[in-house]
Amino acid sequence: MFAFIIRRALQAIGVLFAVGIISFAMFRFAGDPVNQIVSLDTPAAEREQVRRSLGLDDPVPLQFVRYLSKAAQGDFGVSYQFRQPVADLLAERMPATLELALCATVFATGFGVLMGVYSGLKRDSFLAKVFQTVSLVGISLPTFLIGILLIYLFSVTLGWLPSYGRGDTVQIGWWSTGLLTLSGLKALIMPSITLGLFQMTLIMRIVRAEMLEVLRTDYIKFARARGLTTRAIHFGHALKNTLVPVITIVGLQFGSVIAFAIITETVFQWPGMGLLFVQAVQNVDIPIMAAYLMLVALIFVAINLAVDILYTIVDPRLRTSIRQPA
Amino acid sequence: MAEAIQAAPVPQSQPTTWAGRFLDSDIWASFKRSKLTMAAAFLTFLFMAAAVLAGLAPQDPFDPAQLDLLNSRLPPLWDAEGQAPFLLGTDEQGRDIFSAILYGLRISLAVGFLGVAFSATLGIALGLIAGYVGGTADAIIMRVADVQLTFPAILIALLVDGVVKSVLGGQLDGVTTLSVLVFSIGLSFWVQYARTVRGSVMVEKNKDYIAAAKLIGLPAPVIMFRHVLPNVLGPVLVIATINLALAIITEATLSFLGTGMPETMPSLGTLIRIGNNYLFSGEWWIIAFPGVALALLVLAINLLGDWLRDALNPKLR
Repeated sequence: MFAFIIRRALQAIGVLFAVGIISFAMFRFAGDPVNQIVSLDTPAAEREQVRRSLGLDDPVPLQFVRYLSKAAQGDFGVSYQFRQPVADLLAERMPATLELALCATVFATGFGVLMGVYSGLKRDSFLAKVFQTVSLVGISLPTFLIGILLIYLFSVTLGWLPSYGRGDTVQIGWWSTGLLTLSGLKALIMPSITLGLFQMTLIMRIVRAEMLEVLRTDYIKFARARGLTTRAIHFGHALKNTLVPVITIVGLQFGSVIAFAIITETVFQWPGMGLLFVQAVQNVDIPIMAAYLMLVALIFVAINLAVDILYTIVDPRLRTSIRQPA
Repeated sequence: MAEAIQAAPVPQSQPTTWAGRFLDSDIWASFKRSKLTMAAAFLTFLFMAAAVLAGLAPQDPFDPAQLDLLNSRLPPLWDAEGQAPFLLGTDEQGRDIFSAILYGLRISLAVGFLGVAFSATLGIALGLIAGYVGGTADAIIMRVADVQLTFPAILIALLVDGVVKSVLGGQLDGVTTLSVLVFSIGLSFWVQYARTVRGSVMVEKNKDYIAAAKLIGLPAPVIMFRHVLPNVLGPVLVIATINLALAIITEATLSFLGTGMPETMPSLGTLIRIGNNYLFSGEWWIIAFPGVALALLVLAINLLGDWLRDALNPKLR
């Protein structure tokens, strides 16, 4: 098992290294960093000096190593449009994105499991068919259209919820949270639903399929034969066994949720990392794009690795099969 | 593909013409059975026809000379303030929403089809090489695919779009932007094709007909494209249909985010972006109709893709 974890960790480092190369190539070759720093009428000699002071004359491999070691220390260069260190900009906006992603995941898991269990148990009922249709729509409709629809309904027509921003936030250390104020919570509702809808349909489909599968197994029949209540069978035995794939999906999808927050944050003008990234793409602000890519890669790889390790701990079958050389 | 099918021995009892064989096939039978699929196919056909015939629209929304500010922000025709010929109303610049949707549909579909064609070509070629050649080529291609698969397609598309634009620099005209979009969407969707094709090739290449082809001395590229490829195209077709919907969504999303088609040459996503500015001032029609068009288009293609996946799956017959 230990060897397995080591191997996964090495793979993760490999992925990060590859992303590092891409990120460095973007930073170095897509647009001249010097041009972004000096003004149009800077003389050539001065440009040359800036170039040298940035270390752009050194051999490319050396520059790459320098870039990576700086990035590892949290230095991603200076944003072209904001003239501020990229790391500061990202750190400032990270809480907003993480809170949004967390709320969306909680919403998606809660409703997804409920709807999945219901449509697994009562598969021919009217409500189950409604859920199926909703899930088809949830997969077909682009995220931004769902967001706009919600804004039109609840902000423009009904005036219940704010259409943009985070509301009031409370500062706890460097973390700014919207979870502690009423306006912050109200502002979270629509973006979370928009962001979580796709995950919700995914979880619902998985739970439904797993429930249908599990209910056919022998140990459920045996539980019925033992005279257990339907309730105990459904929730104590069946649901418990559907939860392993759900936990996997929720874990693995968390990275995607953060990445998809790009769209939701733009629709709701949510001041998170995604909105920063979109503005960076619009304004060709390469340092932000490169740093965002590295950060998302780090989050993805960390989650994947954690899920892999959790698997070997949770599932005893996996442990034995890994110990035997394949 | 035509040679491969004609070369197969055709039993006498079956019709021998192309159309006859198609009407006799399981696919056509399963198509006729599903009303939903027929509706989806009809809708898709309608959208494509509308896109092709966009030139007949009452107004050319790309031509500023045809726009009249006096006609700006008119509601749809059935509203008391509506004016002919603006069936679905007009936007801020006096652009006829109906015409803009037809032209936007054309761009959305063009980017979708070209993007799918590009990613399929790239993915199939790399998948064939990885599966047939194996070894180092296989290892490199699949490692790249693994790394790319870690990220959602929309993120890749955004990144490629941003990088290409920064390399090209300055203001880009409509056609260049369209090519950049096709390129970035193509680059973000190839992995699925490559993996599928590679898997199928690994199975096919150990069969006798490939050994026979090798024995008669055919070069590897000929074996790959003329003999292996036709046998792995089924799943590729399914992926392509579902990816068409995804590519259209991705293009719309990029345009909505302001990194896609410009407002002078709007796709459906750009129209929604424009309409979003008037959401609060009560001009709902500027955003509603392009939004509905996009949603219906994607839904119809998705339904077709779902049906195709089941129809081509021998396990479900």
